[in-house]
Amino acid sequence: MTCDRRRFLRDCAALTVARFGAPLGLAGCATAVPNGSRLQAASGASTTTAQPHRAGYDRLLILVELKGGNDGLNTVVPYQDPRYYALRPTLAIARDAVVQLSDRAGLHPSLAPLAEPWRRGELAILQGVGYPAPNLSHFRSIEIWDTASPSDRYVATGWLTRTFATVPTPARFAADGFVVGSYDLGPLDGGARAVTLGNANSRAGHAMHAATPGSVHPEALAHILRIEADTERAASRMQDNVALKTAFPQSPIGNAARIACSAIAEAKDVAIVRITQTGYDTHANQAPTQARLLGELGQALVALASGLREIGRYDEALIVTYAEFGRRPHENSSGGTDHGTASVHFALGGRVAGGFFGAAPDLAGLSTGGNPAHVIDFRSVYATVLDRWWGVDSSSILGGRFAPLPIVRA
Amino acid sequence: MLDVRVLATARRFVVVAMLGACAAAHADPAARLDFDAARHLLVRTGFGPTLAEVDALVGRSREDAVDAILASARSEPFVSPPAWTATLPAAEERPHPGMSADERKAYRARERAALVDLRGWWMTEMRETPSPLTERMTLFWHNHFATGVQKVRDPRLMYAQNALLRREALGNFSRLLHGIARDPAMLIWLDGGRNRDGAPNENFAREVMELFTLGEGHYTQADVADAARAFTGFGVDRAHERAVFHPRLHDDGAKRILGADGNFGADGALDVLLAQPQAATFIVTKLWREFVSPTPDAREVERVANAFRASGYDIKVALRALLLSDAFWDPQNRGTLVKSPVELVVGALRMLPHDVAGTRAIVAATARMGEVLFAPPNVRGWPGGDAWINTATLAVRQQFLARATRTSTMAMMVPTQAGTLERLLLPLPPAGDAVSEALAEREPAGVIRAAMLDPVYELK
Repeated sequence: MTCDRRRFLRDCAALTVARFGAPLGLAGCATAVPNGSRLQAASGASTTTAQPHRAGYDRLLILVELKGGNDGLNTVVPYQDPRYYALRPTLAIARDAVVQLSDRAGLHPSLAPLAEPWRRGELAILQGVGYPAPNLSHFRSIEIWDTASPSDRYVATGWLTRTFATVPTPARFAADGFVVGSYDLGPLDGGARAVTLGNANSRAGHAMHAATPGSVHPEALAHILRIEADTERAASRMQDNVALKTAFPQSPIGNAARIACSAIAEAKDVAIVRITQTGYDTHANQAPTQARLLGELGQALVALASGLREIGRYDEALIVTYAEFGRRPHENSSGGTDHGTASVHFALGGRVAGGFFGAAPDLAGLSTGGNPAHVIDFRSVYATVLDRWWGVDSSSILGGRFAPLPIVRA
Repeated sequence: MLDVRVLATARRFVVVAMLGACAAAHADPAARLDFDAARHLLVRTGFGPTLAEVDALVGRSREDAVDAILASARSEPFVSPPAWTATLPAAEERPHPGMSADERKAYRARERAALVDLRGWWMTEMRETPSPLTERMTLFWHNHFATGVQKVRDPRLMYAQNALLRREALGNFSRLLHGIARDPAMLIWLDGGRNRDGAPNENFAREVMELFTLGEGHYTQADVADAARAFTGFGVDRAHERAVFHPRLHDDGAKRILGADGNFGADGALDVLLAQPQAATFIVTKLWREFVSPTPDAREVERVANAFRASGYDIKVALRALLLSDAFWDPQNRGTLVKSPVELVVGALRMLPHDVAGTRAIVAATARMGEVLFAPPNVRGWPGGDAWINTATLAVRQQFLARATRTSTMAMMVPTQAGTLERLLLPLPPAGDAVSEALAEREPAGVIRAAMLDPVYELK
């Protein structure tokens, strides 16, 4: 097993151990085995804490970041609400077009692939996820989400970093987490053992820039772009290490899902994988962009579920989407939507208790800024992961008691 | 949002057009600096400039701006170095044969802590000095006379060498070379203390020709052998941390070095090297790669080297000529050099509030990017240039920048026109789309972050 892990680390040229402030080479990640007391920390036989552990980190968390702020109102559509059609004169999705899930709510047509897990009761729809005193800056709001801080407090470490500092992952784990499609470590920032796997979402165009004959790039820039392309190629080639039968869609999020799934298959021991899908900041001409992104997302999530089933991990996997915020219910004059607040998110997995949680946005009771209030505090989602999924006491990590959601079946 | 993108595209066109138009342009020392030119001068002679520093140069002539930067040169640090650099350790604190294992362990721990201290101090000096060029040149000479604490094993001697490099950073190359030849750290590093009459050690004699003054192919093994004899007799008095000369260990016989005959000692041998026209050419070529472009122009190098030689190796004369050359101002040469890890980190920190990362974290970050101050990989120094960037270091560099630009740390920044920030941070139009997306958001913190994470920010 150790050999596998080493091979995994060696084979993956794109890997970088990203532990800020602590010098650690690649080999260090495989060989820097912490002392034995960490071994059983989260295994249920823990001696380091009185907290009862049910399943520990053998249960996998997969976070999917919808970067830019996905428009929740056109993701799960209140197709019976006339106010919705009034607020969205050009962007509203026609009642006939939605994938109806209940007599009031339906999915954006691009999310049709999610109807299958919904029918199987494996898809939870969390409506109105946000936080009090919302901040409408991308950068500040995602920082609030990543650090699980109140919106008026600055916290230096990611919520997962604090989790692993409180209850470490077993030493046999390849890493605390894998980060796919982003340089930013997000919730793993500030000290977690995080390994970045390429940058699948990034600048696929860069390699082309670099390769274009007669391009005006100086040699140094061409060199950097080549290195980026090499990193991406190496990351995407990891699929060859573990041949999965599951077909993943050809899209940035599809590639990221494939990289994540084969990395999980190969490394086996990792507590969390974060995938980032970019492009949701749809201030103008939103309809085609969101349709494409949600289409890619739906296909990628279903493929990921299928890949996890193939490697026998679907029942121990919890896939959760998140974003810095949703978008404003009232569409703007450019056929887009501006920064909003609370939004809808999905939880998917073999142990997920499907259904609706929270409440659809109250379009009659929007704030003066035109945004809905949150119904589910995002820290309740994190508390669900900590208390119900991993069995780690959430209150010290989240700085307070947040009620877990009943979305995990025993 | 649309206009901002159009602007970004327009800038790209301007750059392309300028590439054609300016290739044959002649340097005009009286030319007035625009924003991009002022920024270029500052980023090449310092670390990431602030908006105020750029604004202060806009509208001044090239000559005026270059002279102002040269006139700011310092010979002493701006930030006080760690107090221990000024005192000699007590005898019992020094390693000695009778030391117990515990004492030895404690001594090593102190030494390691002192080094972290020293690296942190130097990076603070780089960030806070009113003369960034002084620190860039001190770093240049550290890389040129690359000496590693791995072998010297004494942070005090490393500091003493650093002080020498700063004293002559923009001073006189001949004085600097003579100083280095009797610098205790260098004497240990290149075995000067083992070089004695009848048992010469050629280490320093070879490197002083190959790496410090002439370059390979400009001397023979016979020159090395006789120069080594000229350098005999030096040693290091570890207790007093100073170089000593033992006349009895010096070979004062006749030598022939590069065709010159004499009973040369160390200074005489160095003067023979400095009399070679190649010495000025060699140094100017290296300065060109540091300040102008990756591809030195032999004729221009010769012109600058002539002035350097004629001045008796006044480093300011060489730098002034390079900074006023056509090539330096040619837009085609902008964004063609890769920032070293220290430049990248210090440059980013100069733009951001001071508390974004502790000194230890900053030192550790540059180490993981491949640059450990006072510990170059070998006497050739860091390979530098494109070699700074590989799949591992690029990710570390970008993760550092991602972390440094988290918004909470930028909350106190003065709001600035987002488009100005882009031009302040990037020498070329961005390679990715994130910058134009951030510009559309009109959020300065977002623009800083997107620009710093663009591949173009890795360049200067």
